[in-house]
Amino acid sequence: MRFHVSRRTFLAGTAAASTTLALGRAVPAQEPLRVGFVYVGPIGDYGWTHGHELARQAVVEHFGDQVKTSYVENVAEGPDAERVIRQLASSGHGLVFTTSFGFMNPTVRVARQFPQVKFEHATGYQTEPNLAVYNARFYEGRAVCGAIAGHISQSGVCGYIASFPIPEVVMGINAFALAARQVRPDFRVNVVWINSWYDPGKEGDAAKALIDQGADIISQHTDSPAPLQVAEQRGVHGFGQASDMRSFAPNAQLTAILDDWSDYYVQRVQAVLDDTWETHTIWWGLKEGMVQMAPYGDAVTDEAREAAEATKEGIIAGTLHPFTGPIENQAGEVMIADGETATDEQMLQMDWWVEGVQA
Amino acid sequence: MTFDSTVLILVTVISAATPLLYAALGELVVERSGVLNLGIEGMMLVGAVTAFGVTVTTGSAALGILAAALAGASMALAFGILTLSLTSNQVATGLALTIFGIGLSALVGSGFVGIPVERLHRLQIPGLSDLPVIGPLLFEHDVLVYLSVLATAGVAWFLTRTRAGMILRAVGESDVSAHSIGYDVILVRYLAVLFGGMMAGLGGAFLSLSYTPMWAEEMTAGRGWIAVALVVFSSWRPGRLFLGAYLFGGVTILQLYAQGSGGILGLPAQVLSMMPYVATIVVLAIIAGGPWKGRLDAPACLGKPFRPAT
Repeated sequence: MRFHVSRRTFLAGTAAASTTLALGRAVPAQEPLRVGFVYVGPIGDYGWTHGHELARQAVVEHFGDQVKTSYVENVAEGPDAERVIRQLASSGHGLVFTTSFGFMNPTVRVARQFPQVKFEHATGYQTEPNLAVYNARFYEGRAVCGAIAGHISQSGVCGYIASFPIPEVVMGINAFALAARQVRPDFRVNVVWINSWYDPGKEGDAAKALIDQGADIISQHTDSPAPLQVAEQRGVHGFGQASDMRSFAPNAQLTAILDDWSDYYVQRVQAVLDDTWETHTIWWGLKEGMVQMAPYGDAVTDEAREAAEATKEGIIAGTLHPFTGPIENQAGEVMIADGETATDEQMLQMDWWVEGVQA
Repeated sequence: MTFDSTVLILVTVISAATPLLYAALGELVVERSGVLNLGIEGMMLVGAVTAFGVTVTTGSAALGILAAALAGASMALAFGILTLSLTSNQVATGLALTIFGIGLSALVGSGFVGIPVERLHRLQIPGLSDLPVIGPLLFEHDVLVYLSVLATAGVAWFLTRTRAGMILRAVGESDVSAHSIGYDVILVRYLAVLFGGMMAGLGGAFLSLSYTPMWAEEMTAGRGWIAVALVVFSSWRPGRLFLGAYLFGGVTILQLYAQGSGGILGLPAQVLSMMPYVATIVVLAIIAGGPWKGRLDAPACLGKPFRPAT
C-alpha cells in the first residue's frame, strides 16, 4: 500500500496539529513546578551524580504532585552544556540545578537570558539575581580522612587520584595533608592527575601506579569505585568518595565522604513554591549535614576513630578549622597567619600546595 | 625506579594492553578483508555490559565471556548487513553503531551499576608462578590475557599460512579480481566482520570482568578508537600490532607512574596524559590522508563497498 501525502496537505496538517497542541496546553488550576537537573556524569556513577540523583528523588518524594522533575545525565562540560541548560529553561522549567563546576559559564549565560527561571549552580562562584550558588565543604570531610590516614598508614604515603587542579580539589588535598601531618609530621601525599571526573580504567591504573610506588592509603577526587577496588585487591586502605563504596571494598574502605543534597534541594524547591526564593552563595558542611561521613571500616583503630571523631565534633562545633594558621606554601611563604583561619575567599581561590604534597 | 617496581609496572602494562590488543586484532582482520569498521567502541561496550550482566546473573564468568563474544558478533552482524548487503557508507555506519552501542550498553547496564563482581581468576601454576621475576610477570594473569596472545599468533598464522587467510587478503586487496576467480567476497567479508565484532566483545569483557570488575557507563573511554589507530600503526601486521598495543598501553601507564613519582622533565601532568591520544590523532590523520594509504601497505580496497558488475 502506498501512502501518498502532498506537501500542501502535510504542511497544513502539521500547522493544525501544532496549533492545537500549543493552544491545548491551557493552564490548569495549579500547574506543578517543573524542576530540571543537569548532571555531568551518569546517575549510575555511584559517586557525585548519584548523590544528586538521590536528592532529586527526595524532592519527588517530598513534594509529590506539586513538582515535576526531569534530568539530563552525561552532559559534557562545554558548549553542549549550554544547549541543554537553555533547552530546560525554555521548556517551562521554573528551577534548574546544574551540578558541576564546569557548567558555570553556560549557566550564567542562560540565566541572563531567562530572568524568570531560577538557577542553582553547584560548586561555582558566580551569581546572578536568578542564579544561586551552593557548595559543600568537602574539605571538612578530607580533614577527618586525613586524621584517620595519619594513624593508620604504615608507609606514611597517601596516593591521591585527582581530577583537575581547581580550587575545590586543591583545598581537599591540602586539608587532607595538613590533618595527616598533624598526626605524622612526615606524611606525604602523592597526587596523580587523570584530567577527568570519571574514568574507571584510568583511576584504577593511577591507583596501581601510586600503590606500586609506596602508597598504602588511597584517596580520590574522582567518581568511580575503581581506586578503592584496586586498594582492596592490593590489601591497602582508602577512602570512598561521594558515596559509601563498601560493597566494592569491604576491607579497604576506612570511611567515605558522603554528599547529602536532599535537605538543600527540598528547601530551595519550597522557596520557589512559596515565592521566597532569593539568590545566595551558601557553603554548607558537616554542621548542616550536607557533608557526612560513612560508618568506619573495621580497619580503623580506636586511636584513629577517636582522632576522627574529635576532628568531626570540633568542626561541627566551630572550634576546629582544617586551615588554621600558621600555614606556609611550598615556597615558604606564609599563606595563613598564625592564629588565623582561612577565610572562605582564601579557600575558594586556593592555588598553592602545603608541605608534603607532591602534585 | 627499582627492579621490583619495574616488574609491577610491566604487569600493569600487560593488563592495560590486552583490551587494545583484542579490539585491534579483530579490526585488523576486518580491515584486511577490505572493510573499515569504526564501530569497535560501541561493540566493546556492548561486550562489556553483556559479560558483566551475564556474570552477575548466572555467577559464571565463562558464560559471561561467551555471551560477550556473541553480543559483539551480533552488533557486527548489524554492521555487516548495513555495509555489505545494503552497501551503505562504512564510515558513517560504523560511527552510528558506536553511538548506538554506547547508548544501548548504558541502557542495559543501568541496572548493574554499583554491583561488584569477583575479578577473573588469576592463573596459579604451581611451579611457574613462584619464579622470582618471571612468575608474576608471565604466569599470573587471567585466561583472557593468555587468549589474546594466542589470538595474535593465531591471526598471524591464519593470514600468512592458510589458504583461507590468503583468500581473505585477496578480497581486501582486489575484491573484483577475487570475485571473478569465484570467491564469495561478501561472505568472506561477513565472516571477517563477525570475527572483528567477537574480538571487540571479548576486549570489552576483559574490561568489565578483569581490568576494573564493575560496570560503568562508557568504561572503554576511547580504547576502541585507539584500536583503530593501532591497526594502521602496525601496517596491518599482527606481530607489529602486538608491539603497538603494548607500546600504547605502556605509554598510558608510564605517564601515571611518572606523575606519581614527580613527573618527567618538568612536563605538566596534562601533557603527559595527552601522549597516548596525541599519538592516536597523528596516526588517524595519516589514515585520512589519501596519498599515504599506499605507502602504509593498506589493503587496497579498504573502505570501498563491493558492487559486482554482474
